[in-house]
Amino acid sequence: MQIELRGVNKTYNNGQPLHVLKGIDLDIEQGEFVSIMGASGSGKSTLLNILGILDTYDSGEYHIDGVLIKDLPERKAADYRNKTIGFIFQSFNLINFKTAVENVELPLFYQKVNRRKRHEKAMAYLERLGLKGWEQHYPNEMSGGQKQRVAIARALITKPRIILADEPTGALDSKTSAEVMQLLKQLNREEKVTMIIVTHDQNVAAQTDRTIYIKDGVIGQ
Amino acid sequence: MRDLFVEIWESVKRNKLRTSLTGFAVAWGIFMIIVLLGAGNGLMNAFLRDSEDVITNVMTVYGGETSKPYAGYKEGRYISLMKRDMDLTAGPLFKDHIDNVLARLTRSGFNMVYGQKSFSVNLTGCYPLQQQQAGFKILAGRFINQKDIDEMRKVVVITDDQARNYLKGGTNYKTLIGRRVNINDFSYVIVGVREGFENEGDSAVYLPFTTMVTQFNTGEWLDVLSFTFHGLETEEENKAFEKYYKSVIAGAHQAAPDDESVVWISNRFTQNMQVNKATGMLNTALWIVGLFTLLSGIVGVSNIMLITVKERTHEFGIRKAIGARPMEITKLIVSESIVITAVFGYIGMFMGMVACEILDKTVGSASVDIMGMSMKVLSNPTVGLDVAIEATLVLVIAGTIAGFFPAHKATKIRPIEALRAE
Repeated sequence: MQIELRGVNKTYNNGQPLHVLKGIDLDIEQGEFVSIMGASGSGKSTLLNILGILDTYDSGEYHIDGVLIKDLPERKAADYRNKTIGFIFQSFNLINFKTAVENVELPLFYQKVNRRKRHEKAMAYLERLGLKGWEQHYPNEMSGGQKQRVAIARALITKPRIILADEPTGALDSKTSAEVMQLLKQLNREEKVTMIIVTHDQNVAAQTDRTIYIKDGVIGQ
Repeated sequence: MRDLFVEIWESVKRNKLRTSLTGFAVAWGIFMIIVLLGAGNGLMNAFLRDSEDVITNVMTVYGGETSKPYAGYKEGRYISLMKRDMDLTAGPLFKDHIDNVLARLTRSGFNMVYGQKSFSVNLTGCYPLQQQQAGFKILAGRFINQKDIDEMRKVVVITDDQARNYLKGGTNYKTLIGRRVNINDFSYVIVGVREGFENEGDSAVYLPFTTMVTQFNTGEWLDVLSFTFHGLETEEENKAFEKYYKSVIAGAHQAAPDDESVVWISNRFTQNMQVNKATGMLNTALWIVGLFTLLSGIVGVSNIMLITVKERTHEFGIRKAIGARPMEITKLIVSESIVITAVFGYIGMFMGMVACEILDKTVGSASVDIMGMSMKVLSNPTVGLDVAIEATLVLVIAGTIAGFFPAHKATKIRPIEALRAE
């Protein structure tokens, strides 16, 4: 089992305590294509953030490949996010003052890959995602679909084993959404990357192999 | 490294006005440090007119006046130094510390004649070491040497000013060497031309001490006795030695051994120590003033770095999400802070050095009259490489401090919160 959650609890303490995740048990295998669905406030984004080690949890256990991920020092967490996990966000989260290719290079920069090598690699990934000719453009010169493809290239460039996507099509029109979903599906098949997509869009969930429903902080059916 | 500079440049480029305004404060701070230290150096240099050629381990002894009745004499008796004091000084009593003993005797009202020209001059009988002690340069020929002393040669060393008068305004002093002058109808050979400080009352014609004594019949008297010494390192050791020396001389003149005013001792070694101490204190004071000026610049840099961190929180969140370690974020901010501080600091340093040069060209050549003596206000008011290196160090440290707290703040924020910020 690649991802294993046992009784994970999370409470936010902003003013009055908010118990967001109430004992999550979840198993996801290597290469699965999974969607997590739920209403807003159901805790699905919190769950994704915990899976991505962007956020911490209060109790329970979370294992990646049998390694317990709990209270990691920020340096270790950063290394996991750099090498094992790739993120795709609803709002793309590209750095605006960097060009497409510079954005894609960035994770390799943090792996201390030399400049020529990471540049070549980033160019190759952009070409593969159909962005040839757009490498030197800044994010604000691109359409939503193009930006999301840059973000996907950035998530893929380190060859992560898990990709976490938080509403990847949330900011895109339906035609572009379909294209992006097609792309993610294809990557899952070709690269055997575990793909976990948080969405509230039934059409998106329908294209995944398994859908996990979350309601009021517990996993339902 | 190049990537880091690209990142810094991108960040600075986006905030040109803000960066340059704060940078100005840093530049101003360093500018003040350089100008203050430069002016301080100039002031000290003006006081200590190029003293690098002067030997410092010298005590000079002058005759004094007794302050206590002793051995049947009343107080208030004038004590003049004599030849036997010189022998005593060079004798076995002080051989542990005293190396060379020399004496000087000046008499005024002589007439020196060269061709048709005639002047009234002061004659100073001296020893070879006089030159090193007084610290003047020989411009042509040589100074009095030991042979002159031993053979009581009739030779003189004149000042550049006197030489110019013979040469009708020329400065080819060499041509005067070997020429003869008459002093009170005795013929002397000019062996050297020295640098004189006429405006400070230094216009003596030097001749060998022994020649002076025999030619002008000055007897046993001498004006000033001086000696070089060694092995007295602290102020206390020097004081104790001076006290002992005075008691010996007092004994030779039938004065009370504990009478401190029998002779006056001017100790260049301890004076130098005190001057160095004063110079050090002045420098420290100027540094402190300068550093406080710089402080406002540093606070400014720290402030814009805080704003930068706040503005870039979301970006740092992205960087963290794709695997930037906290150290990478810290490096980014601290090095940006150092680069801003250093670049503007160097601009300030350069401007400060230019200002010092301007000061040198304007005030540096001006002089004021103090009690009939002309004195330079500032002499060479510039700073050396050491100050430039120290200032660089200060800039790097200041930049690090300025960047450290904002960087700490940036790394403290959790990635998920940073990503939510906008």
